[in-house]
Amino acid sequence: MSQETKLITINIDGQDIQVPAGTNVIDAATSAGKEIPHFCYHPHLSVSGNCRMCLVELGTPMIDRATNQPVLDENGKPKISFMPKPAIACSTKATPGMHVKTQTPAIKDCQNGVMEFLLVNHPLDCPICDQAGECRLQEFATDYGRGYSRYIEEKNVKPKRTQLGPRVTLDDERCILCSRCVRFSKEIVKDDVLGFIDRGSYSTLACYPGKKLENNYSLNTVDICPVGALTSTDFRFKMRVWFLKPVNSICTESSVGVNTQVWSREGQIYRITPRRNDAVNDSWMADSGRMLYKQVEDESRLKHYQINGVESTFEAATKAAADLINSGKVAYVGSARMSVEEQFLLREIAEFKLGGMHLVYHQQQGDDLLIAKDASPNLRGALVSGLIKELPKTDLAVLGTRIDSGNVDTLFVAGEDLTKVGLTPAQIAKVKIIYHGTHTNATSEKSAVLLPALTVFERTGCFINQQFRIQKFNTCVPPTNGIRADIEVLSQIQSQVKGEHYKLPNIQAIWEQMGKRINVLAGVTFNSIPDDGLLLDGSDFSALTFCEVKSLHYNVRTSTSTFANT
Amino acid sequence: MAKVVDRKPLTWAEHTYLPQIVGGLKITLTNLFRKKVTLQYPEERPVIPDGYRGIPTLVKDPNGREKCVSCQLCEFVCPPKAIRITPGAIPEENTERAHIEKAPQEFEINMLRCIYCGFCQEVCPEEAIFLQDTFSLSGYSREELVFQKQKLYEIGGTLPDKHFKWDKKRSAAHAGNAH
Repeated sequence: MSQETKLITINIDGQDIQVPAGTNVIDAATSAGKEIPHFCYHPHLSVSGNCRMCLVELGTPMIDRATNQPVLDENGKPKISFMPKPAIACSTKATPGMHVKTQTPAIKDCQNGVMEFLLVNHPLDCPICDQAGECRLQEFATDYGRGYSRYIEEKNVKPKRTQLGPRVTLDDERCILCSRCVRFSKEIVKDDVLGFIDRGSYSTLACYPGKKLENNYSLNTVDICPVGALTSTDFRFKMRVWFLKPVNSICTESSVGVNTQVWSREGQIYRITPRRNDAVNDSWMADSGRMLYKQVEDESRLKHYQINGVESTFEAATKAAADLINSGKVAYVGSARMSVEEQFLLREIAEFKLGGMHLVYHQQQGDDLLIAKDASPNLRGALVSGLIKELPKTDLAVLGTRIDSGNVDTLFVAGEDLTKVGLTPAQIAKVKIIYHGTHTNATSEKSAVLLPALTVFERTGCFINQQFRIQKFNTCVPPTNGIRADIEVLSQIQSQVKGEHYKLPNIQAIWEQMGKRINVLAGVTFNSIPDDGLLLDGSDFSALTFCEVKSLHYNVRTSTSTFANT
Repeated sequence: MAKVVDRKPLTWAEHTYLPQIVGGLKITLTNLFRKKVTLQYPEERPVIPDGYRGIPTLVKDPNGREKCVSCQLCEFVCPPKAIRITPGAIPEENTERAHIEKAPQEFEINMLRCIYCGFCQEVCPEEAIFLQDTFSLSGYSREELVFQKQKLYEIGGTLPDKHFKWDKKRSAAHAGNAH
């Protein structure tokens, strides 16, 4: 898309609106706050035009063929000639002067007829259907349907629970053949596994012989399914959606920073779905990221503050941690999984009581879509918050040699399992460890002071993704077992180390401090960061070679986010 | 302002109190030989009219099968939040009931919270919950009055069913398509 998109005026139901030239009429209507009902159209997929639900009446200005000038009516306005039959809005692009009518009796009749045909073979499954409550068929049946059925014949019978893959279950009777899932697999994941077999009302969604819907993006088909045909095997029959409360969050799987919604009820998370952000993840997320909520109730969660293996309190444990930091030769192992605020607090501790700051550059395989090679969500945050100046190494060999030479006797560890990142048991045995992490591991078991941390679902903060876009995540479920937020732990340690009076930290106050000390964050407050993130100036770090190569909206060659509308 | 009420002085007959005593005894004696309106509760029980809203119960269909599919609409509509359902799936191996797909794993109603409004009965799409004729509950602890699924089915029993929706579904599935 060119930088200056030409705005044109179109008229929807008598209301003139300005949209970029070439906008889809459904999107244009949405931007004017009007709804054109649709099933098969999806803004991030190709147009297929098979559901016929978005029929509208279209008109264009009449042109005099002799003069090539618009024909004017008696008021001097261009005359509009409407097409004799309705057209589908989804495959129509907005052109200057176009008129769209969505509310005429003919259109209402069309919508009514389409709904009746779609419901002919639809089972009355709503009481057991997981989609109930967020089902477009259910919504449009009440908005545009007839309200009762004239169909007295036998309904079609189709397979009720086909396993399309390890994570997706298909109920063929509910399918309305919109082909969104087929197009998604083909166009976005480039894994062409789905198609329709049989004809007419016997048409059935199926995998190609010998193939399965098992790519790491398969659950997106469940999200885009407008009815309850594709259901998540994990979420199936777990909870009705109207009980669930969605909270905006960020996926911690990689540095892409996929925008998510976390759905919970009474402190228990049931599912994670992607949240639309056209600059980061469009409407998609990876299946692996959706399972991360299971870490919250994992059995290996750390639940108690401990000093030398003995259960303790928050106050005593943080005091013990601060005493250890103050007494010895300390080094810090930070983390690119901490939020920007936590990294800033750790930086302040490390600036007061000097000691080396070590991070681990976690790398993974990654793909071209939404899993970057950088396996942590906030490495850019560690750079921006000033925790580190250089890119970290993939292991802690430098720290290992420092321990061996006797320069370190106390180690503050933020969530890293030292045994897995290049330290030997002998080296670990030489230091006293203050461990601040979420789950039990070999390092937490060796620690002198154990400070349980919260998962991303239980705390509030910001991550900076690979595009230097700062994005907020919010508390989805309350922390269990009286564990304090990570910023509380770090502020408490900070005030203890400095010998100051402890003030309960507040995220706005931390942001005030960060705004003063960090140039790119000047003028930014926590509340001013919009839900879809804020692009920061990353030019200070343009000399660094990050490991990410290419994602959906990121390309290392251009080194900026790409918004290409393909 | 105080109002002065004139009192008539008592007559001679009234001074004797006899007419009043006789009148009172007349009422007592007539009611003594009338048909009694009170019941010897709890030995005797009143006749509960149809449509009475006693405690909510779960019912089975005439074939003795669970009707509830755990759609959780009653849980949603319940004003005092007395109902709590843990939904569950019917495994495919259960050939008798696999076509129903969903049934409650746990279903509990806190009878201490229930206000007998009948919304749950009204909202149930499967006609599986009914407010029946039990009206007096007592227990030694609060836990005792949180009724679990099994107890709710025991009290509920079986009600006649006109539709047999799931049987129709199964026979359709067995018959298959004309295709």
